Amino acid sequence: MAVEPDLKIELGKQGVFVTTISEIYNWGRKNSVWPMQFGLACCAIEMIATTMARYDLARFGAEVFRPSPRQADLMIISGTITKKMAPQVVRLYNQMAEPKYVIAMGACAISGGPFKQGYNVLKGIDRYIPVDVHIPGCPPRPEALIHAFMTLQARIDAQPLTGGDRPRHLDADAQGLFPVPEQGAHDLEPPVNRLVWPLPAPSTSGKPTGSCE
Amino acid sequence: MTATDLKSYRPPVIELSEEGDELLEVAMGPHHPSTHGVFRMDVALDGERVVRLKPVFGYLHRNHEKIAETTSYLASMPYTDRLDYFCSLTNNWAYAIAVEKLAGMEVPERAQYIRVITAELTRIQNHASAIGFLLQEMGASGTPLMYAFREREKILDLFEALTGSRMMCNYMRFGGCRVELPKGWLEQVSKIVDGLPEFIDETEALLTGNEILMARTQGVGILKPDLAVNAGVTGPMLRATGVNYDIRKVDHYGIYDRFKFRVPLGDHGDIYDRYMIRILEMRESIEILKQAIKDIPAGPIMDPKSKIRGFRPKAGEAYGRIEAPKGELGFYLISDGSPNPYRYRVRPPSLINLTVLEDMCLGRNVADVVLIFGSVDIVLGEVDR
Repeated sequence: MAVEPDLKIELGKQGVFVTTISEIYNWGRKNSVWPMQFGLACCAIEMIATTMARYDLARFGAEVFRPSPRQADLMIISGTITKKMAPQVVRLYNQMAEPKYVIAMGACAISGGPFKQGYNVLKGIDRYIPVDVHIPGCPPRPEALIHAFMTLQARIDAQPLTGGDRPRHLDADAQGLFPVPEQGAHDLEPPVNRLVWPLPAPSTSGKPTGSCE
Repeated sequence: MTATDLKSYRPPVIELSEEGDELLEVAMGPHHPSTHGVFRMDVALDGERVVRLKPVFGYLHRNHEKIAETTSYLASMPYTDRLDYFCSLTNNWAYAIAVEKLAGMEVPERAQYIRVITAELTRIQNHASAIGFLLQEMGASGTPLMYAFREREKILDLFEALTGSRMMCNYMRFGGCRVELPKGWLEQVSKIVDGLPEFIDETEALLTGNEILMARTQGVGILKPDLAVNAGVTGPMLRATGVNYDIRKVDHYGIYDRFKFRVPLGDHGDIYDRYMIRILEMRESIEILKQAIKDIPAGPIMDPKSKIRGFRPKAGEAYGRIEAPKGELGFYLISDGSPNPYRYRVRPPSLINLTVLEDMCLGRNVADVVLIFGSVDIVLGEVDR
């Protein structure tokens, strides 16, 4: 439970700093997100541009892109994920340490984008791993990636440390590793991960819900 | 490690070299900080020395050619932007040339000049980025790439003003260009072009005489001219070996015969020559840009006879090619008279330049492989398509 802002300011004037563990914990985490150096296609170039002089992602404490998943806690899925690459993406995600986040950057990462009709293109990475922020665009501008960063920071800031909504790394029972898909006879197996891509709720009106995979 | 992980886990293959030493097979990629995206090199190592190297493609295969065969001629124009995503405007041009040849269209003067201006700007930003990435891989973390991207952003601003998009500049059409230049655009271009030599001087002051750069690149990754020609290598990679072949000079596509410019040639075929060729080509591009900005006429930008909607070329075939920043980019089209191409094939420079990777890397150290690979200047969207 956060302290009332007015009361906090008033106490601050008296030289008393009041905070909660979750506030200070989340504040620390949100300002030191370490993205992984991981590019898949066109969007990766815009991701690189975001770290360069004009857009300067360093302002967000996210300056150093880590070459190893073990040192990173944010995966920016920047580009098209093909079915040949999807197992590697999931494996790298599994190798990252908790707490970890995913930004799906661009139309391809979200849904397959312009290449959706291709047999070799995965129709969105959220079928295999949980995605925190989606950025539409083809490719999204660097400003859009920065906005996604800020959205992610706001989400981290609002995370409670206890209770049912607590993040996965604080929940001993939560699933941390996600199954890595394999090349099957016709498609990736499994085609989706039901933990993150649940079946649509059954229709109450008896009509089909219209969603398909 | 989950059960599926265990199932697919494969220990490194150990074989013996001719002398009986153990060889270690290492997969560099598909995720590796130096592979520019999703590319794998299966390298067999004897200690640090490379004894075998096999490129593995297909991690970004996006069905570009097949999609183009199922959509109209116009609808595959945006897909060409995503081939080599550094140089969308030159890709547009190559495809437009192929379709124009197929349908027998004429391009108005002004559109030809606009195409040259946009293509040369693309070449400059591509070469600048290529040099930046090469140095990044050498361990010069940041500075050269920062310089390159600073300049690239200026050029992207021009593209954005012209086409509405920073990277995916879907601008050219069969028979001309999509929209007229925005007001004051040419003045902006000439302002930025005037500032470019300073950027190149600055880059050269930082890099050209740099001891580390010379030690790491001179005599490394040598490509012999006869192998380069036989393998079909084109672009700066080929010219670094000393072979004088530039499609702008050979094919005179567009209006390139009107401009005075030289084709820089190397003579060692090593990484350093490839670096120098790119620097010199940027300087020549600036000269072309100055001439084009001076001479650009007024007039229409589209062939009035050209038909965009319901476009059905007569049955036949055509191959259109240009000197893209990375080499010969060609589109081969077969039409059967229907609204979509019967066969659509891309001849990508990146893929074909990569075929000599093993020959350049054999006998070198792993650290050199990273550099040699960087000096090829590839984009995976074009390699796998």
